Amino acid sequence: MNDRIRHVGLALTLLFVVLAGQLTYLQIVDADDLSEHPGNVRKVLRTYAEPRGLILSADEKILARSVGTTTEFQFRRLYPTHSLFGHITGMFSFTFGATGVESTFNNELAGRSEDLQFRNLGDLLVGKEHAGTVVLTVRSDAQAAARDALAGRAGSVVALNPKTGEVLAMYSEPGFDPEPLSAHGQTDVRAAFDTLNADPAKPMLPRAWREVYPPGSTFKIVTATAAIDHGVATPERDFPVLTELDLPLTDRSLKNFGGSRCGGTLVESFRRSCNTTFGQLGLDLGEKLLDTMADFGIGESVPLDLAPKPARSLGPQVGTFTADAPKFAQAGIGQGDVAVTPLQMALVTAAIGNGGVIMTPHVVREVRDVDGVVVNRIDPEPWRTATSPETAALVRDMMIQVVANGTGSRGQIPGVTVAGKTGTAQAPGGPPHTWFVAFAPAENPVVAVAVLVERGGGESLGAGDEATGGRVAAPVAQSVMSVILNSPPLPAG
Amino acid sequence: MATPTGIEPRQRSDELLLLVLVAILAAGGYLLTLLSERTELTGSLTPRLAAVGLLFLAAHVAVRRYAPGADATLLPLAALLDGIGFIFVARLDEDLAAAQTVWTAVGIGAFIVTLIVVKEARALERYRYTFALIGIVTLLLPTIPGIGREVNGARLWVRLGPINFQPGEIAKVVLVIFFASYLIEKRELLSEMTRRVGRVPLPEPRHLGPLLAAWGVSLVIMVQEKDLGSSLLFFGVFAVMLYLATGRGAYVGIAGLMFGVGAALAYRAFSHVATRVTTWLDPWPDASGQGYQLVQSLYAFGSGGFAGTGFGLGHPEKIPNAATDFVFAAIGEELGLLGAVAVLIVYLLFIGSGLRIAARAERPFLKLLAAGLTTIVGVQTFIILGGVTRVIPLTGITMPFISYGGSSLVSNFALLALLLRISAESDVDETLLGRDAGLAAVAPGVRGAS
Repeated sequence: MNDRIRHVGLALTLLFVVLAGQLTYLQIVDADDLSEHPGNVRKVLRTYAEPRGLILSADEKILARSVGTTTEFQFRRLYPTHSLFGHITGMFSFTFGATGVESTFNNELAGRSEDLQFRNLGDLLVGKEHAGTVVLTVRSDAQAAARDALAGRAGSVVALNPKTGEVLAMYSEPGFDPEPLSAHGQTDVRAAFDTLNADPAKPMLPRAWREVYPPGSTFKIVTATAAIDHGVATPERDFPVLTELDLPLTDRSLKNFGGSRCGGTLVESFRRSCNTTFGQLGLDLGEKLLDTMADFGIGESVPLDLAPKPARSLGPQVGTFTADAPKFAQAGIGQGDVAVTPLQMALVTAAIGNGGVIMTPHVVREVRDVDGVVVNRIDPEPWRTATSPETAALVRDMMIQVVANGTGSRGQIPGVTVAGKTGTAQAPGGPPHTWFVAFAPAENPVVAVAVLVERGGGESLGAGDEATGGRVAAPVAQSVMSVILNSPPLPAG
Repeated sequence: MATPTGIEPRQRSDELLLLVLVAILAAGGYLLTLLSERTELTGSLTPRLAAVGLLFLAAHVAVRRYAPGADATLLPLAALLDGIGFIFVARLDEDLAAAQTVWTAVGIGAFIVTLIVVKEARALERYRYTFALIGIVTLLLPTIPGIGREVNGARLWVRLGPINFQPGEIAKVVLVIFFASYLIEKRELLSEMTRRVGRVPLPEPRHLGPLLAAWGVSLVIMVQEKDLGSSLLFFGVFAVMLYLATGRGAYVGIAGLMFGVGAALAYRAFSHVATRVTTWLDPWPDASGQGYQLVQSLYAFGSGGFAGTGFGLGHPEKIPNAATDFVFAAIGEELGLLGAVAVLIVYLLFIGSGLRIAARAERPFLKLLAAGLTTIVGVQTFIILGGVTRVIPLTGITMPFISYGGSSLVSNFALLALLLRISAESDVDETLLGRDAGLAAVAPGVRGAS
């Protein structure tokens, strides 16, 4: 019978080998899928079982921190600055997931990035926490100045360092407080979310990088750059003085604001934001305008260390000039098919200030470990070259004229040369959007800014005239730039 | 202490050494679970764990006294499984763990009583029809209205006064004794292969009677008690023993065929069987309903990964019935693939020891009995572990020595005592020779030290 006993032993062993095989499949091969499966609550519990790291502003203000709770989820997030940094920090919500820096730097905040793992056995033995601290490039004083200057008007301010791509302020009004959404009581969180979601002012929408608007006359920076780069115009080229420009193949025409007459040199036309001149340039450039737009990153996916990702800015379709030339006249003045994010306009402005090179924008400066040692610093990195330094200098000089004695005079800062451009963009359904973009000091800029006030044209006395952008948006830019220019340099991290 | 040959104390000292190692392992695991601070464990169970340790010491003393020549590995292996089970049950539910220590005490009591009462395993052969009667009655007890109780959809419980127990657990041991003696007596007859289909020899149809009877009983268990696991275990163990007794593979084939027919009929006729099969094939579409338990179990294994979360650091409380049917998923989560496979190896070692006892037993009855008892442990472990890992459809059955469950612990300790008794009766000289050869090869001179 011993042979048969051996057979039984063999059969039972075989069954156990099958079990071991299946265990290997579940615990090695399929392990990632199973442990990360949305239905597997362990991942969430693990996430909330440990404190996350701090998020600090560039001036070391606490923007997000973890506190212990008595619930099954052991830690929750508090946001001491509430809505001021809401879009940037994002929320860390059990119910709705993470957004903003909470999402893009989740591994660092959770201490899961390689840089933050145990570096020696001692750390392992004492069970040292390794959640990282994420330090932003965004300054709380500049952010507050942006909020105060917008004064409750829907809109957006993006200020960045043209030489490094560091975002110094990026505020959208209305903002939202991520704290109630990051609580753990499902019903309360859902109610808070529903309220925000139902608000027609869209407080959860980060307008600065997620919404596109017609840029209006601020776009003339791009048109002028294209004209000079493609040899279509020099700053001295003379344009006819007109009140309106006939558009080919249509019975329509493109008018100057308020029916004014303007023209003359390119410099003069830029200073007065003359639509007839730039409409003509749009027609003269045709498809070449689109090349320059692409050089500025319009239509490209802008790299930014935030979630959700920036919306793509738009222009006329490539290859449509012959079929629809008037569209290009409209594009020349930032209307029609052109739609950009405030962030994109800030990058366009920064490109002129930085000799034509656009630096990759980023809101995070560095990651520190628990001991405060910097483990990861985000270095300046060029994103793309929009134009030549020569062209950039010519456009810069035209922008200086706009602020010195043109439509953007309200952007002036005593003792500092400011280069800027106003914009008043017609949009269906209400008064025009008002824009102002600028950088300063013009010779060696430390800040480039784009300000958008939604439907700001409604504030002007008559029908929106070209000065509206200067009147409504320029003071906002002036105030934010002043804070950045006047404050002491940031502590070297 | 009587030491007839002078070699037994050596086996007993091996056993004691292994038990001490097991105690260190179990205490270490318990301590780590306490230190994890993630569980509700308060430490109030510590005296009980110590008491369990003393109980195993008592079991060891009983073996020394009543079966000094018995195998040295089975009791420590059972203690190791029991310790792992205690840690995981304690971490999931302190009250259950407290009850588990009481049941372990009762189980070890049953172990000692079995050793004392069954002085000679061969004597069991004489009471075969008594065992048959006890087996059938206990098996069918839960179907009797009034005393039978349904828990989690299966009617396999009996209430007697304040105590609930699963008589099926007792039936399985008793019936294996009956099978062993019955099949040994009839094996000549049953081995006759009078017919052939092609080249395959087949038994006389009337000799299929016992197999048909076993099939019928297992169908009754499945239909009346809705206990798929016990049904499969009962039939599977009988088929294996039939093969062991006759050496005829044809029986295994026929049994497989009958099982297939029974399973197909059950699948069509009973929704609870069909549900189990559907859930097994794909648990995901109904992951929050019928597939919930299995999916939670798979999550636990996946989250455990290779090395596991560590004692007390997982979330096995998310798995329903984690202390009973799904305790292996909790082990897989916290101890990982390493720990889960280690547990499989402990069972394989147990099976190996059991079958070695069978191989060394002198009498055919004892061989068949030891092999049958070992097969129970092997098949039962496979049925439940295959169920929770989705190798086979899930059928609620306990994990021997590990799962929380009083009846199961008591019957498994009785089973263990029988195996030890058989090993103590086996040919001592043969054991001695094999043992000496092995020892000499591994550690020359060790014997001289004793």
